[in-house]
Amino acid sequence: MTIELKSNEPEIDPTDPKKSIESTWDRHRFKIKMVNPANKRKYNVIVVGTGLAGASAAATLAELGYNVLNFCFQDSARRAHSIAAQGGINAAKNYQNDGDSVYRLFYDTVKGGDFRSREANVYRLAQVSVNIIDQAVAQGVPFAREYGGLLANRSFGGALVSRTFYARGQTGQQLLLGAYQAHARMVEAGKITMYPRTEMLDLVKVDGEAKGIVIRDLLTGEIRSYAADCVVLATGGYSNVFFLSTNAMGCNVTAAWRASKRGALFANPCYTQIHPTCIPQAGDYQSKLTLMSESLRNDGRVWVPKTKELAEQVRNRTLDPKDIPEDQRDYYLERIYPTFGNLVPRDVASRAAKRMCDAGLGVAPTKRGYGVFLDFKDAIERDGEDAVRARYGNLFEMYERITDDNPYKTPMRIYPAPHYTMGGLWVDYNLMSNVKGLFVIGEANFSDHGANRLGASALMQGLADGYFILPYTIGHYLATVEGGASTSENPAFQEVEKEAKARLQKILDVKGTKACDDFHRELGYLMLDKVGMARDKEGLEHTIRRIREIREDFWQNVSVPGKADGINPALEKAARVADFLEFAEVMVHDALERTESCGGHFRTESQTEEGEAQRMDDEYCHVAAWEYKGTEEKPICHKESLSFQYVLPSQRSYK
Amino acid sequence: MSETLNLKLKVWRQSGPDAQGFFETYDVPNISTHMSFLEMLDILNSRLEAEGKEPIVFEHDCREGICGSCGFMINGQPHGHKPRTTTCQLHMREFAYMDGGTIVLEPFAAKPFKVLKDLMVDRSAFDRIIQAGGYVSVRTGSAPDAHSTAVNKSNADKAFDAAACIGCGACVASCPNAAAMLFTGAKVTHLALLPQGQTERYDRVQEMVFQMDSEDFGHCSNYAECTLACPKGIPLDVISQMNQDMIFAQVKGSK
Repeated sequence: MTIELKSNEPEIDPTDPKKSIESTWDRHRFKIKMVNPANKRKYNVIVVGTGLAGASAAATLAELGYNVLNFCFQDSARRAHSIAAQGGINAAKNYQNDGDSVYRLFYDTVKGGDFRSREANVYRLAQVSVNIIDQAVAQGVPFAREYGGLLANRSFGGALVSRTFYARGQTGQQLLLGAYQAHARMVEAGKITMYPRTEMLDLVKVDGEAKGIVIRDLLTGEIRSYAADCVVLATGGYSNVFFLSTNAMGCNVTAAWRASKRGALFANPCYTQIHPTCIPQAGDYQSKLTLMSESLRNDGRVWVPKTKELAEQVRNRTLDPKDIPEDQRDYYLERIYPTFGNLVPRDVASRAAKRMCDAGLGVAPTKRGYGVFLDFKDAIERDGEDAVRARYGNLFEMYERITDDNPYKTPMRIYPAPHYTMGGLWVDYNLMSNVKGLFVIGEANFSDHGANRLGASALMQGLADGYFILPYTIGHYLATVEGGASTSENPAFQEVEKEAKARLQKILDVKGTKACDDFHRELGYLMLDKVGMARDKEGLEHTIRRIREIREDFWQNVSVPGKADGINPALEKAARVADFLEFAEVMVHDALERTESCGGHFRTESQTEEGEAQRMDDEYCHVAAWEYKGTEEKPICHKESLSFQYVLPSQRSYK
Repeated sequence: MSETLNLKLKVWRQSGPDAQGFFETYDVPNISTHMSFLEMLDILNSRLEAEGKEPIVFEHDCREGICGSCGFMINGQPHGHKPRTTTCQLHMREFAYMDGGTIVLEPFAAKPFKVLKDLMVDRSAFDRIIQAGGYVSVRTGSAPDAHSTAVNKSNADKAFDAAACIGCGACVASCPNAAAMLFTGAKVTHLALLPQGQTERYDRVQEMVFQMDSEDFGHCSNYAECTLACPKGIPLDVISQMNQDMIFAQVKGSK
């Protein structure tokens, strides 16, 4: 049975001024149902997650009068991984008078997403971007300022205008603390009830609509249910399917995947972003990868030695990279893409690095050698060490702390790492999934970035969803249900609780001999190799078989000590890995089905003569939303076709 | 410098808040100097898991020194001996001098930081201090244009220095009095230096200080251990700023 996917935005017609994309969000807000202010206090809303999207949504819904139940697995709402975002947040303020506009931000985002996002959503995102900056400044977020006291901006990720607001290299931290403080104010006011150290294990549906969740209390181990009139997931992305990523150790797909198993469609899971400038893996013991801000590419030059012999000597540490003469260095981004050079978009830069290393030219001092140089020698000669320190001092310090190499003296080594996932649960223009009453915001949904996300757009989208979109659209659903009618007395809750308990017990009962990380690492290396920067049919088919083998091995041989009651991080981790082992398959199915290349999804079968991603708009100009059918079953693909009336699809070129 | 180290870890194990704790010593051989401190614990934990033994519980998440989850005492110092570095950003090359020796791992000790298990403590008091007033009351949507108020750059920079706090608790753990003055002062100062924070400035400082006191944190007696232990280098000035605002608020008698 096909599920009809309707995004539900008002009609858009560029030829009719009354139906322009500029007025879509206004028209929609006027049209949707609203909850009477006096009635809002009767409604309970569950929000899972306290990152930028979750914290901003919880705070704003509480301010509007709703009773918010807010959950996170960390010990405090302030620790969600949005906190680690470095670079900045985009907004079409045009404070720099350099020609930026809402339309330009919209245009750049649709094009950057390689024409695989929904125009109406992206336009709205660009519109509300300006309100986010106002809100954050009013909260006391200490953005960088100029000497006149006004806000500073920088250009980011190859954009032609300076529209990125930033707070040193800690923009995510400062924006999250702003949202956390707004959130704390509503906790104090009694409108948010905070449940830290709880992990959502499942979604509960009553009569087909989302009415609550089942959680595990991570301190006592108790499995409990919470009911509400609707459920909002703000649970982030799934980059940790790759084991090594720039995500925090706790980031997981469990909430989204459990919702998917309860009927929510998972859209475009194969769209993942591999960030080009991360510190290369140092050894098999490595637990995570660290991102270095993309801004480094403004002054750093990327290169590898011209010959394999030289590269090998660098890997063996018998040759100091400084001693490689200029004519033996291949500044390959400048050579292949003369116009954009080192500033090509993330996906293009990442793939080029992989091609160089696959050809044996990698320079990381490890067995696989996967790493390329990012060299500041010329910038230091041109502008002086002090100027470079003023721009990148904190990043150089971080690099040296981790690698023990001094980037002022010797070139940095970088390599791409999984960083962000554009795919996520399918949502309509109201940010509601196909399961009524289930809303999905931030990185957890799929809607705004298409097949590739531009730099400084993740913070923008998370906060747009939480502060300015969901708080209005949620009313359209809530107005159709009776406030406070949902309770966990409903037998549906006990049923789901029982299943959740049984699943955890099953993990504990395996009593094998292998640590959980062994399985996660095996899955992650496999996914990165075959479903990472380049994918092909043969590799993907092989991957499905391998995932099944690893999963079987997990259920036979994993060793999770301890008990289900009480603090047991090993059990938490194993339950998350068990879900990654299921979820990974739908990613592969999606990558297999989409035989075109677009954005972060590169099928080697579909490339231009120059080796760039070749879209196939006739066949694939759609969202692929996957319906779960059972663990060993092939999921069903439902399609929402995309139409572009303003930004017409063209081949991206950065030459 | 040798590329690998052989170490012993003497780790505080405690099964729950009311249980009796004890030290247990583990061998960790062949540790690469490029490994991070927590990766060494990952390896030990994987070994314990495979043997069916309970792994050591410690908090961690981002492993980039920014989320504030990690932190315990390493050889008697919060986050170890390397200045301005969180536990997750410590690398084993810093312990090369201890090759063959024993590193001691204990939880942060302070009355308000109850031990939950092993190296994991309860830091929820910090959340309650912020909830008491560590914010600007501005409803979503009611903000004026971001450029309606210019902010003096030097104040903005100082506000940022205070706002960089990650809420890890090292300041409390390092303080002989278990005071939370650096943590509380950081938020008070961040908002006191910005025009947006002025309206509630004197109420805020009182509410936050009252909450801090009611959580059983001790008082500051200027040991200044906190600022040395702070992985983000929050300056001691934030405490003077808080005291100054507190005195002013009391004299003014606004609460």
